[in-house]
Amino acid sequence: MNINRFSKNINLLIGTLIIGGFFVLMCISIFYTPHDVTAMNVPNKLLGPNGEHWFGTDEFGRDIFSRIMKGTQTAFSVGLLTVLIGVTFGVLIGGTAGYFGGWIDEIFMRVLDALMAFPGIILALMLVAIFGPGILNTAIALGIIAIPNIARIVRSGFVQHRDSEYILSAKLIGVKTYSIMFRHILPNISSQIVVAATVTFATAMLAEAALSYLGLGVQPPNPSWGRMLKDSQSYLVNAPWYTYAPGAAITLMVLGLYMLSNALRDFLDPRSKA
Amino acid sequence: MFYIFRRFILLIITVILVSIITFAVFQILPGDPVRTMLGTEADPTQIENLRSELGLDRPLYEQYTDWVKGIVTGELGNSIRFSMPVKELLLARLPVTISLAAITLLIVCLISLPLGMFAARRQNRLSDLTLSSATQIGMAIPSFWLGMMLILYVGLNVEFFKISGYIPWSTSIAGALSTLILPALTIAIPQIAVNFRYVRTAILEQVRMDYVRTIRSKGIVERVVMYKHVLKNAMIPILTVFGLITAEIVAGTIIVEQVFSLPGVGQLLITAINNRDFPLVQGIVMYITVAVVTINFVVDILYTVLDPRIRLR
Repeated sequence: MNINRFSKNINLLIGTLIIGGFFVLMCISIFYTPHDVTAMNVPNKLLGPNGEHWFGTDEFGRDIFSRIMKGTQTAFSVGLLTVLIGVTFGVLIGGTAGYFGGWIDEIFMRVLDALMAFPGIILALMLVAIFGPGILNTAIALGIIAIPNIARIVRSGFVQHRDSEYILSAKLIGVKTYSIMFRHILPNISSQIVVAATVTFATAMLAEAALSYLGLGVQPPNPSWGRMLKDSQSYLVNAPWYTYAPGAAITLMVLGLYMLSNALRDFLDPRSKA
Repeated sequence: MFYIFRRFILLIITVILVSIITFAVFQILPGDPVRTMLGTEADPTQIENLRSELGLDRPLYEQYTDWVKGIVTGELGNSIRFSMPVKELLLARLPVTISLAAITLLIVCLISLPLGMFAARRQNRLSDLTLSSATQIGMAIPSFWLGMMLILYVGLNVEFFKISGYIPWSTSIAGALSTLILPALTIAIPQIAVNFRYVRTAILEQVRMDYVRTIRSKGIVERVVMYKHVLKNAMIPILTVFGLITAEIVAGTIIVEQVFSLPGVGQLLITAINNRDFPLVQGIVMYITVAVVTINFVVDILYTVLDPRIRLR
């Protein structure tokens, strides 16, 4: 028991430290990076890590550490946009389906089931093929993929609450339907949504990295960790450090988000403690 | 029987909806697909010809039924990029992807089951906690980076492994394995991390049951208790995860084929997207999704074989 409680706090501590660290790095990168992220300096290409370039330089002589810093902006913006799209539409669709039930519920759920039948990366590739690459398009595609999962969680929450007594009394005193849905039921399931949003953030980051690695996500000159990994693969033998930094950055960030979501789940969702 | 029938109807509905979605999303493409394919400098007759060749001048529902017919019979016409029938392209690449997925699934089973049982028996001891934290890292590593690390540290150092390309089974079994094992490991490691946790939980749930105490008190050897009794009963929840994992593995092949330059279905899909060869993209997406949905259906049917309670409910 004590070990469990300890590991829970460890999750919260390390998760917050990692994500907080990346967030600070992102804020700094808006105003300052040690080197210009786009300036090419070919004589300096593929230098190993040194005092001047902490993580070495890439094939154009650009500073990898600066590009990792700048990459946090891409990571956070794609992640947050995805979560925003997924949660907004997930709550609207799941809430409507769960609150009203009946044929609306049936239709929404069948369509969401069909969307969930697609393996995530397949759906992402199909949508990106249609929308085209870029930060915004990637986030829209990943947001659409996130909707079904969040909608399901919201729906089951609404189904649980819609027949409870406090909702009945709210109805009796004439509270409007949208007010019951979003001011009375929604706050009660906000903790599940927060946990789902954290997990969505993590999966979105991994998916963005994968799409960018395949050359279909974020495009140059925007620095993306996935894209850096793609570029680094040609220099794997001669410049392995080029691969380490972006790979480690993705892993660390996703790990931090997973830890945070685990800690949040234990903290906000007491039922899962059993 | 009724359960299987109901699941089958659900499968059909899902497949139909999936086909409608796959067909419909390509209708919202901005701009004229024919113009995109031919470029801006194509002359009008050329455009008209390609349009009627692709059947784009007919009503949508006719296009849809034709497309479904094409999917069912496998006759999806010619790929624009390769000027070859889509069917031949797919059939040539299918063995690579299927071999890769099968080897991956084998590795996941062989490692995650014993590992999960090991951790369950040592619940909350140091080895269990170490494994549990290691799996969290395993889940966070992007598979393509893992693949690159395996190339760097294993592929380039061990003579046996090839780090790119594919050797067919018919040429040499060892050759095929030398090209497939590293990519399979790449997909497998994150999945082992996921599956290990489920196996551990499922085993832990069973170990607490009364029947386990009874057979233990009868003096049955621990190995028999675990593998013959506990594992058998834990199989239902574990099987659910294997259905999901198979879908993840199929999806994983797409990215990892790219890392190891394996000429599989995934590589074909990426090439098709890069060349805006949309009929090919649509076909591959549809086939992969139907394959995944069917696998999940088969897993559901397997429950009823393993556990009659589900069938009788």
